[in-house]
Amino acid sequence: MRISLREKALSYLVLTLFAAVVIVPLLGVLITSVTPSGGGSGFAIPDTVALQNFAEAWERGHFSTYMLSSILVTVAVVALSTVLSVLAGFAFARLRFAGSKVIFFVLLAGLLLPAEAFIIPLYFNLRSVHVTDSYWALILPQTAQSLAFGIFWMRNQFLSFPGEVIEAARIDGATDLRTLWQVIVPPSIPAIMTMCLLITMWTWNEFLMPLVMVTRDELRTAPLGLAFFQGQHLTDYSLLAAAGVIVALPIVVLYFFLQRQFISGMLNGISNR
Amino acid sequence: MSVAPLLDTPTPAPAAAATRRRSRRRPGAWKPYLYILPAVAFSVTFLIVPTVQTGWYSLFDWNGLSAATWVGFENYLDLLRDEDLRSSFAHVGTLVVFYSFVPIAIALLLTMVISRANALRGMSFFRTVLFLPQVIASVVVATTWLSIYSPNGLLNTLLRAVGLDGATRVWLGDTSSALIAVGLIGTWLNMGLCLVLFLSGVGNVQPELFEAARLDGANGLQEFFGITLPALRGQITVALTLTVVSALKTFDLVYVTTRGGPGNATSVPAFEAYSRAFVSGQVGSAASVAVALTIVILLVTALISRMQPKEAS
Repeated sequence: MRISLREKALSYLVLTLFAAVVIVPLLGVLITSVTPSGGGSGFAIPDTVALQNFAEAWERGHFSTYMLSSILVTVAVVALSTVLSVLAGFAFARLRFAGSKVIFFVLLAGLLLPAEAFIIPLYFNLRSVHVTDSYWALILPQTAQSLAFGIFWMRNQFLSFPGEVIEAARIDGATDLRTLWQVIVPPSIPAIMTMCLLITMWTWNEFLMPLVMVTRDELRTAPLGLAFFQGQHLTDYSLLAAAGVIVALPIVVLYFFLQRQFISGMLNGISNR
Repeated sequence: MSVAPLLDTPTPAPAAAATRRRSRRRPGAWKPYLYILPAVAFSVTFLIVPTVQTGWYSLFDWNGLSAATWVGFENYLDLLRDEDLRSSFAHVGTLVVFYSFVPIAIALLLTMVISRANALRGMSFFRTVLFLPQVIASVVVATTWLSIYSPNGLLNTLLRAVGLDGATRVWLGDTSSALIAVGLIGTWLNMGLCLVLFLSGVGNVQPELFEAARLDGANGLQEFFGITLPALRGQITVALTLTVVSALKTFDLVYVTTRGGPGNATSVPAFEAYSRAFVSGQVGSAASVAVALTIVILLVTALISRMQPKEAS
């Protein structure tokens, strides 16, 4: 298709302007984070690059503890929800059983419900069995939240899997479980990876669940830790920016390497529903 | 979770066929249930039962510690009577405009101007940048904008630089500007997402359609309303669902930037539910806010999904 030069130039201009609007606040944070502490927040290019802000924020904000909590919770949620989503997605896509449709729709409710719908009784339930203020209070509910998406995603993936291959495996006498792990899962790894990426991002960035469920400092996840750090260092924008960069960096790095999976996953996951 | 789904799920044929062929009673017919049991257990324990409980809680007056008193629908009547609660729902309405309508309008306008940008070289770079706010933790976004809105932050510095000293203010601390300032964060968050969605939608349009329209002498505006806009109905539905629901669920941004203040200028239902349940010990009232918010979200999602074009995919 021909695109006239004028149209091209205009497109690049608009895109550049738009991208600038998106990127300027983020660049501002990066610049502020290396501006010597106390230098204000005017986003001026600093004379000296103060990398020690990161060390100081890391140290004073206990971010080694928070990052560790976040990693632990995220890994656990991703591992649990991946295994359970693959199993359930397979059953809903490929096995016949009474009530499968109804159960599937009930599970899908998890996609629609905002956290506010269940988090209040959930807190009191977990408190009554002494589970609040533990990693479990973060891992178990977030796994449940991720499962709705995961099951939906895996079911779609497995529905599009060629039926003949599965039939062939069955005729060869493979059990359902063996068919799943040896025949269906290996070629589905890209879809599973995309799902893992999205669940990683959602879990890492989650704020409300840790805010409600944990009070002990050593259990706080990175975003929660950042919110507390912000409360203590209200106006030290350099330290705050450095802390923000620390919290956002793992997911942003993942995103830059795997942006295609992120974007197509988020857009397809939504528009296919 | 940061994405919201559309209500009607296309049910692909194999599943339907599978349920139609009633499974013959055979040994091991219970086995499929083993595959779904763990997932169902998680969902029931941590989502479904607590959701039902929220409804139950909302009928009581309870401070979270001592015995609860039955109050029937009193908490719901308070939703109508209590000024703070009413205004929190009004605020979220304003946020919907900034989170959803403004970004969608801007993105549509730009899509009109650069309708075929999706085919350009370098588009994947722009897509990556435009989508970036979606992957950054909302708490980080909030602290970023705290600093932009601060007295000597980027916004006031810019205003002073162009001689608008009179317009500078403490954006998040001023009753008249705080809600709009929070809303503009949402605009910033969502406009890239909308543009990426719309451009990819236009990218799916057969190029011949545009060629034909040009040959027939259609101008840009006719091209937009004749081809682009109808082709984008699906994407607009998705963008609406995503952005409206994200506006209705606003919590993190408000919690970090304003805590609902100054006064209650930026308080929103999700924040009211949280602070009543976990800060001020009005659990029953909090539950009624949560129920109302959930119903609003489900209704809005259902309404928007009815706009979805019914092409069988």
